[in-house]
Amino acid sequence: MANLTIKNLKKSYGEVEILKGINLDIKDHEFVVFVGPSGCGKSTLLRSIAGLEEVTSGQIFLDNKEITELAPAKRDLAMVFQSYALYPHMSVRKNMSFALELAGQDKDLIETKVTEAARILELGPLLDRKPKDLSGGQRQRVAIGRSIVRHPKVFLFDEPLSNLDAALRVQMRLELARLHHDLDATMIYVTHDQVEAMTLADKVVVLNQGRIEQVGSPMELYYHPANQFVAGFLGMPKMSFLPAEVLAGDQSGVQIELASGSQVHLPVSSEAVTRGSSVTLGVRPEHIQVTGKHEGVFKGRLDVAEHLGSDTYCYVKTDAKENLTVRTPGDFQGVFGDTVGLNLDLSQCHLFDDHGQAIHKLSRSAA
Amino acid sequence: MLSLKHRRRVNTLLLGTLAWGVALAIFFPIFWMILTSFKTEIDAFATPPQLFFTPTLENYLLVNERSDYFHFAWNSVVVSFGSTIIGMLIAVPAAYSMAFFETKRTKSTLLWMLSTKMLPSVGVLVPIYLLFKDLGMLDTRLGLVIIYTLINLPIMIWMAYTYFKEIPKEVLEAARMDGATLLQEIWKVLLPMSKGGLASTVLLSLILSWNEAFWSLNLTASQAAPLTALIASYSSPEGLFWAKLSAVSTLACAPILIFGWVSQKQLVRGLSFGAVK
Repeated sequence: MANLTIKNLKKSYGEVEILKGINLDIKDHEFVVFVGPSGCGKSTLLRSIAGLEEVTSGQIFLDNKEITELAPAKRDLAMVFQSYALYPHMSVRKNMSFALELAGQDKDLIETKVTEAARILELGPLLDRKPKDLSGGQRQRVAIGRSIVRHPKVFLFDEPLSNLDAALRVQMRLELARLHHDLDATMIYVTHDQVEAMTLADKVVVLNQGRIEQVGSPMELYYHPANQFVAGFLGMPKMSFLPAEVLAGDQSGVQIELASGSQVHLPVSSEAVTRGSSVTLGVRPEHIQVTGKHEGVFKGRLDVAEHLGSDTYCYVKTDAKENLTVRTPGDFQGVFGDTVGLNLDLSQCHLFDDHGQAIHKLSRSAA
Repeated sequence: MLSLKHRRRVNTLLLGTLAWGVALAIFFPIFWMILTSFKTEIDAFATPPQLFFTPTLENYLLVNERSDYFHFAWNSVVVSFGSTIIGMLIAVPAAYSMAFFETKRTKSTLLWMLSTKMLPSVGVLVPIYLLFKDLGMLDTRLGLVIIYTLINLPIMIWMAYTYFKEIPKEVLEAARMDGATLLQEIWKVLLPMSKGGLASTVLLSLILSWNEAFWSLNLTASQAAPLTALIASYSSPEGLFWAKLSAVSTLACAPILIFGWVSQKQLVRGLSFGAVK
């Protein structure tokens, strides 16, 4: 069992408030990812859970037992650091057995646990090497091994893949996903990489400026962002945001006018907006289609086309200086300066009020 | 025109000659001291100085007759090792706290400590002498250990601090997560990781304490006098006996010279550590 509850957690460094009241529930076996831009407080939050940072106020409970003031060693958590943080003067075997030896466990038992962890992580042949003789990926595996042998209640990962090259990162990401499945453990994972967040998480916690912006499954966050920040943070390339003004609203949705003069009708709740208020339309690259020059809601000039093979991302500028990112098929032939028409998949568009909060969709409340 | 390869070779040659010149100039006094110690008093005075002479051991025999070398040597060993051990016991925790739990006052504390080294020692001679007198610590090894510890502590803390700064904080945090107590964290992780640097700190403290003369001359007489005081005792009011002075100096320097020679690799590595990353 490992249920972690965080209640109104605050952390300040002098005058600067890093965490501004965090409330969060993490359930047993969950893989939770903290994601956000650098400086959002995600690492501080993780380190507070670990006990490496003293919190200013608030409480942390692990299985209903308060651990806020406990020393890191007494919390029954294990942490994997970005820089691996292996003990350079110890062999791989010793790195992994260190915690168990400190706990005074039986030698044979330690040997069994280390061998088991080495088997899971394929570290068997490396057990007698020193960390300096290992590659980055191997070091990270040792760091993970060091936490596995302890059978902690919760695993904490602080950007564990950031120091690896792109190919290795993908490989380790898959290994982590498999590990979570095999160990059936509770894991908390900090990253600024949204791909890691989307692919690994059962639950994503998006943080910004010391606050939680939204908590939910990756798909929930992607398709139903609570606000403009989450909408813009998740998704690659980013969602396009277009300023607009509300013209009218009724039970079927809201009629808005974009800066370019185009009018669209969105199936969102009209309760939260008034006529004439300014709003922002958000639309993801895959929900815009390129059409003929004289068709479509918009007309724009093709700025850049990025050919990725499977897809081509087109960056389009309209006369009203709106920027849109469009996903087109890989064989898209447009070139710089081409005029293109654009159509929006209106049921997939998002509307945000002037505080950046999402206006909820009618289709969702019906569902 | 010289080719690039040629020019590089000439440069190497010039630099090599310069390095040898400087090294010989630095070593020359020591060489001359050892040489003089094997001369008779008359040869030692001769002008022009003699490079070739009949060597004699009489100075060493005379020094051994006149003074108990091992008494002084033992005092040197006790005070330098004593002050180094106590110094390290204070410097390691101090540097640990400064390196890993830095506050906004850490930097100025470090600077203040170092600034005490800029004070001329003679400036505090009278108060310290009086303190020692009242505490009954004049001419005691304990007194010297205390004073050496105090004068070397700023440098020891600075050095240890610099080495600890090189150690990633996460490794210590990992140890903390692994269940290490503060002592285990320092003993099993921090010290093994910085043993090279700490060894240089120990060496430097030993050498500085061994060679210290100002305080040992002023605070000791016979009981606790180390080798530096022994050397000074040979420049007496009756006149200088160059050959005997050289012999006793050689005897005083020999242990630390050999010690330094044996550990020079460690010392150089330690002193230049951190300079090149």
